[in-house]
Amino acid sequence: MEERQIIKTEDLIFDYAVFDENGDETGKSRVLSDINLSIKEGSFVAILGHNGSGKSTLAKHCNGILIPSSGKVLVDGIDTSDESRIYDIRQTVGMVFQNPDNQIVATIVEEDVAFALENLGVPPDEIRRRVDEALKTVDMYDYKDHAPHRLSGGQKQRVAIAGIIAMRPRCIVMDEPTAMLDPKGRKEIMATIKMLNREHGITVVLITHYMEEAAKADRVVVIDKGKILLDDVPKKIFSQVELLKSVGLDVPQATELMYELRKSGIDVHDDIIDEEECVQVLYDILKSKE
Amino acid sequence: MLKDITIGQFFPGNSIIHRLDSRFKILLDIAYVVMLFIAGNYCSLLTAGVFMLIVYMLSGISFKLIFKSLKPLLPIIIFTCILNLFFIHGEGDPLVQLGFITIYMEGITTSVFMTVRIVFLIVGMSLLTYTTSPIALTDAIERLLSPLKKLHFPVHELAMMMTIALRFIPTLIEETDKIMSAQKARGANLDTGGLIKKAKALIPVLIPLFVSAFKRANELALAMECRCYKGGEGRTRMKQLKFGMRDIIAVLIMAAMIALIVLMNIYVVIPGV
Amino acid sequence: MNVIELKGLTYKYSVGTPFESVAVDNVNLQIEKGEFCGIIGHTGSGKSTLIQHLNGLLKPTSGEVIIDGQNIWDKGVDIRSVRFKVGLVFQYSEHQLFEETVYKDIAYGPKNMGCSEEDIDRRVREAAENMGIKDELLERSPFDLSGGQKRRVALAGVIAMDPEILILDEPAAGLDPIGREKVLKKISDYHKKYGKTILLVSHSMEDIVKYADKVLVMNKGRLFCHEDTDSVFARQDEIINIGLDVPQITKIMMGLREKGVDLGKDIYTVERAKERILRYMDKGTIC
Repeated sequence: MEERQIIKTEDLIFDYAVFDENGDETGKSRVLSDINLSIKEGSFVAILGHNGSGKSTLAKHCNGILIPSSGKVLVDGIDTSDESRIYDIRQTVGMVFQNPDNQIVATIVEEDVAFALENLGVPPDEIRRRVDEALKTVDMYDYKDHAPHRLSGGQKQRVAIAGIIAMRPRCIVMDEPTAMLDPKGRKEIMATIKMLNREHGITVVLITHYMEEAAKADRVVVIDKGKILLDDVPKKIFSQVELLKSVGLDVPQATELMYELRKSGIDVHDDIIDEEECVQVLYDILKSKE
Repeated sequence: MLKDITIGQFFPGNSIIHRLDSRFKILLDIAYVVMLFIAGNYCSLLTAGVFMLIVYMLSGISFKLIFKSLKPLLPIIIFTCILNLFFIHGEGDPLVQLGFITIYMEGITTSVFMTVRIVFLIVGMSLLTYTTSPIALTDAIERLLSPLKKLHFPVHELAMMMTIALRFIPTLIEETDKIMSAQKARGANLDTGGLIKKAKALIPVLIPLFVSAFKRANELALAMECRCYKGGEGRTRMKQLKFGMRDIIAVLIMAAMIALIVLMNIYVVIPGV
Repeated sequence: MNVIELKGLTYKYSVGTPFESVAVDNVNLQIEKGEFCGIIGHTGSGKSTLIQHLNGLLKPTSGEVIIDGQNIWDKGVDIRSVRFKVGLVFQYSEHQLFEETVYKDIAYGPKNMGCSEEDIDRRVREAAENMGIKDELLERSPFDLSGGQKRRVALAGVIAMDPEILILDEPAAGLDPIGREKVLKKISDYHKKYGKTILLVSHSMEDIVKYADKVLVMNKGRLFCHEDTDSVFARQDEIINIGLDVPQITKIMMGLREKGVDLGKDIYTVERAKERILRYMDKGTIC
């Protein structure tokens, strides 16, 4: 049985126009080239790239905010350039952005979570049910009557996520959702993302430049200069330390340590990305020397 | 601290006044204003005032707030008082004559009457915002104006703008504070100098604020579109304004009060007035 | 010589109301001239409130703020002059940009100081160079620049005032790895070149240990400790207990220690971990 591709891009190319001071178009700048990417339903994919690599632009193609200059993007088989189906597309693929404040439109938390459903003309009782459900899922139900501006960054972002999952999307694209949060907020959001994917089967596409976050995904796609550079499981991606550093990315300290030790002649695996594994490997080689 | 400033100062509570449907509250408030202006003599005016005080007591809002609501409008009150005092002329001889200042008996009575009316007006309208949250008011205004949609009046858009403004005011206040601190840290002098100097000194605060506000608006619009916003067409609301028995009773009471005031106008004659 | 001294510094919000809260609680602190001090603490620990006392943006509820031997709240002290001596760069500093050109924006601080045209020009160009802002960018609008560039322009704007003490609140917040490295490296170079006193507030222990001489830890409004990096890491269990994170490499060493292999508590960079491991493998001990 063929696995469902919730998002599929075919030879996606995106240019944006460059203007001079008089407002005249002087040419085009290519942001994305020949992107062929398939996101399997139920997976957790991280898109990793430095600022300017085109990762955010790619994210915006996933729910029709941007339409390709050439090639196409299919959301559950629907072409994103089909304007008549745009609401179906946006209900299938929800989007969460970087700035928690600039996603919240209402003065009370539960009213903001209801926003999408109100737009879709869902009956009031159903809205009520789904709002409560969404808030409970992100553990913000106790704050449903609160004013958003008093919440912490992590809490605001969870409210934004609730507003999306109220629509019951099959996939959520998150464009650097933790970039403006403190460490506590980052942990909250990463835990929420993991939970949504594991327990609710929601496909997650996480755009990030933090490798600790990418390391938690099932699959990492590295983008550089508008092209896909690498596309594999985290272990295989992070083992390519030199390549990642050359495109402005970092690797976890565990990976870097193994890399440095291998350079010094110690025979250790190159695909260590988490602490526990690193501890075990170090223990084994150090104990064996005693 | 600045975050705690809310417009119109809403004080949450559970009194019967708080629980009235906000659409009715707005209409009842308007009826109250009409009632004040219909009142033709002291008897009817003071009856209206006593009625207002009873409503205040029912709402559980502290009476100290009555004075708080009057404070910012003191200049208008004093202006009304003085205007009537010196410029209402009556028959007969003036009570006071000092050079070009003339005060007639009618001036004094009219002045007092007008001032009392203005005070009752301000106090009554403040009660509306004290007992109704800004969002309930916005909702009520949207529902009340909805018949205008047929005339292509952008009711929904107006309500959306008001909601978003209310939502962002605390956020923008906080941001202004931050920008001011950042510019002060670079030596900006925002406190001293004449009006023009102060205005110029605020440019490094206003420009970043505007730039940021536009960015916010852009991002918010995008987020709204991602949640399928398409204007007011076909929108439902999670919270329905439902009116009940207490609202009907409130309307009946108000109608009775107005009738009473009208009767007092006709039948109560106070000597000397 | 102490360039900053805080004596019993306390700051309370909403004093006298039922909402009174203590943001900074009786902080006693001395910072030496030329020190590069990293300030870390969870959100709400009081670090932002603390640093705003150092340039007189906030006045203590009680306690003294002494800069270069002078109590800044003494009578006759012009608080604006304190702000020229103690430069403060806020988080997401690019939000303070407002001028038509990058040059003019960097010149804003020196202009407020009353410097002459030639002096302003010298300061702007020097600051731009120190922050890696190329000449071509000087005549561009600051709003046309990338996020990282804007950030460095904002930094240059404060550096152009040539403060004795430079305080930076999360200067690398929200930037990608290249952006972070650029900004922090420039700050470190600036410190090495001019010997200024630098206070760097950050959530990232990794960044702090890379550049700072000493670490100041704030916890719930109180000063937890202010020591050199090795000493702070000797107390790593306490640091974790108060809710702060240590670098991944330190956690790895902690894991090893639990298994019975102790490579020392002073490992917080990958280089040191590598050296220690190689030495252990070579000699069987860490000495």
